[in-house]
Amino acid sequence: MLLVVEQFLNGLQFGLLLFLLAAGLTLVFGIMDFVNLAHGSLYMMGAYFAATFVAWSGSFVIGIVLALGATLLLGIVLEYSALRHLYGRDHLDHVLATFGLILFFNDAVRLIWGPAGLALPLPAWLTVPIQIMPGVFYPSYRLAIIVVSLLVAIFLYVVVMRTRLGMLIRAGASNREMIGALGINIKLLYTLVFGLAAALAGLAGMMQAPILTVQIGMGENILILAFVIIVIGGIGSIRGAFLAAIFVGLIDTLGRAFLPDLLRKILSSANASTAAPALSSMLIYLLMAMVLVVRPEGLFPATKR
Amino acid sequence: MSASFNARSGLAALVVTGLLLLPLYTSLSGNVFALTLFTRIVIFALAATSLNLIMGYGGMMSFGHAAYLGIGGYAVGILAQEGIGSGFVQWPVALAASALFALVIGALSLRTRGVYFIMITLAFAQMAYYVASGLARYGGDDGLTIYKRSDFAGLINLSNRVSFYYLCLACLLAGIYLVWRIVNSRFGLVVQGLRSNEARMQAIGFPVNRYRLVCFVISGTMCGLAGALLANNTDFVSPSIMYWTRSGDLMVMVVLGGMGSLFGPVLGAIVYLLLEEFLSQITEYWALIMGPLLLLIVLFGRGGIMGVLGRARRG
Repeated sequence: MLLVVEQFLNGLQFGLLLFLLAAGLTLVFGIMDFVNLAHGSLYMMGAYFAATFVAWSGSFVIGIVLALGATLLLGIVLEYSALRHLYGRDHLDHVLATFGLILFFNDAVRLIWGPAGLALPLPAWLTVPIQIMPGVFYPSYRLAIIVVSLLVAIFLYVVVMRTRLGMLIRAGASNREMIGALGINIKLLYTLVFGLAAALAGLAGMMQAPILTVQIGMGENILILAFVIIVIGGIGSIRGAFLAAIFVGLIDTLGRAFLPDLLRKILSSANASTAAPALSSMLIYLLMAMVLVVRPEGLFPATKR
Repeated sequence: MSASFNARSGLAALVVTGLLLLPLYTSLSGNVFALTLFTRIVIFALAATSLNLIMGYGGMMSFGHAAYLGIGGYAVGILAQEGIGSGFVQWPVALAASALFALVIGALSLRTRGVYFIMITLAFAQMAYYVASGLARYGGDDGLTIYKRSDFAGLINLSNRVSFYYLCLACLLAGIYLVWRIVNSRFGLVVQGLRSNEARMQAIGFPVNRYRLVCFVISGTMCGLAGALLANNTDFVSPSIMYWTRSGDLMVMVVLGGMGSLFGPVLGAIVYLLLEEFLSQITEYWALIMGPLLLLIVLFGRGGIMGVLGRARRG
């Protein structure tokens, strides 16, 4: 029971983290119609910035804030210098160009920070376990991730649904020519959205960094999970991304935790220990396949343009 | 139009002649490395040609094509590990396994279009990658060494560099011929029609997805052959053979050479792999140059090498 609660919370935490990544991806796709493979590189850059700034400033919070600003700036520079020229092009062009960016970022990181990974140490106040239920302790840092991600999700919802900026963003997603004709600076809007998405990816990277190590290519595997999420949730839909992210996070974590034991009850233990890792990493892809069979457009497709 | 046609077919003829004569050059100059490099290039050209069939002619942007390289390679590797060294068994199994995988993946992925299709093929290829990493019996993450190349009962000796090179080249030329025949057949015309206007083809009465699926399976099978060749070339197969960046490499080769042109992928493979080789000799950080170069190619070099040749004539 204790283990179940803990793994459930781990799954929730992982899912919320994935949401931060998927939200940026789906926002950029939904509004600019742009496929950004380099989103995972921004995730990686966020983690590297955080590790660097935290070590430099000596304070976890200051380091994180600086790193967030740096990723935002990086996103804006990237959009302004290169990617905005690709809007309106074929999706294949987006894939190739951002594939080039991934190659670039991986080697740039290797050049600047070296091939060995970095560590992002946690401050003391984030390492104490917190009692969440009688007898159940949970790491405070993971709890902090859950809280921060939820706050960000609420912030996103409020910005997109309740502010003038969000109204413009939604309008731009449904008809970009019209909103441009009405005198809105659509280019600036796009740059802002891209910067926001970059900051979200960076935030996900720096929050994950203390749990895993900061290393080259860390954004690639998780980016593919984010793809799976937005395919399941429906591309361009933030609500879909939120639900699908939590779903995928739970299934992935719980599958890895409990599938081996389950299989051991059915199969011989030798067979189970070979089949379990492969099967649990396949679980979410099987889920995606099932969703596609039933609803090719995803569970919560954004409104048709 | 006919002038640009001549420029393109002239280049294609030049490349094929060059590839045919390459072993002559290496045996005269003693430059064995060039032969090894070009064997690799020819194998990747075959994989890129297979991708071009669905991407360039069929309009299906598969971002998971490296999975078939892996499946073809692992079929050879696993059979060799289990003591079945005959190529007459290994290669058909490699082809059948790739075809089967393409059939399942295609049937699921082809329910979607556009970006969904790109992401789904990518996700399925990653799934294959994780499965291969989990094969503890066959090396897992570390990969599997193949101690003996496929044995063709004295018909051809794959351990001989020159005969292996010519085998790969023959496979490539056969692949190109097959694509040419397909593209100019009724079947190929339907598939190309689907790329241009799916709704119309459906209205005419073609079973849209069945045509696409068959094309997808042919392409996957051809790429599986490239995988079997690749495993024999490196005497080794590991999950990294189907890592998603490998799929990206294949896509770049196709686009670089010119999508939907017969010899484009061959040119793309030659240019891309030579560039990679050349840059990595200059600096360890070759991707630092290659990445932005790709971005520039996408921004300014539309239509790839074949496209630029065509435009230069018209302009």
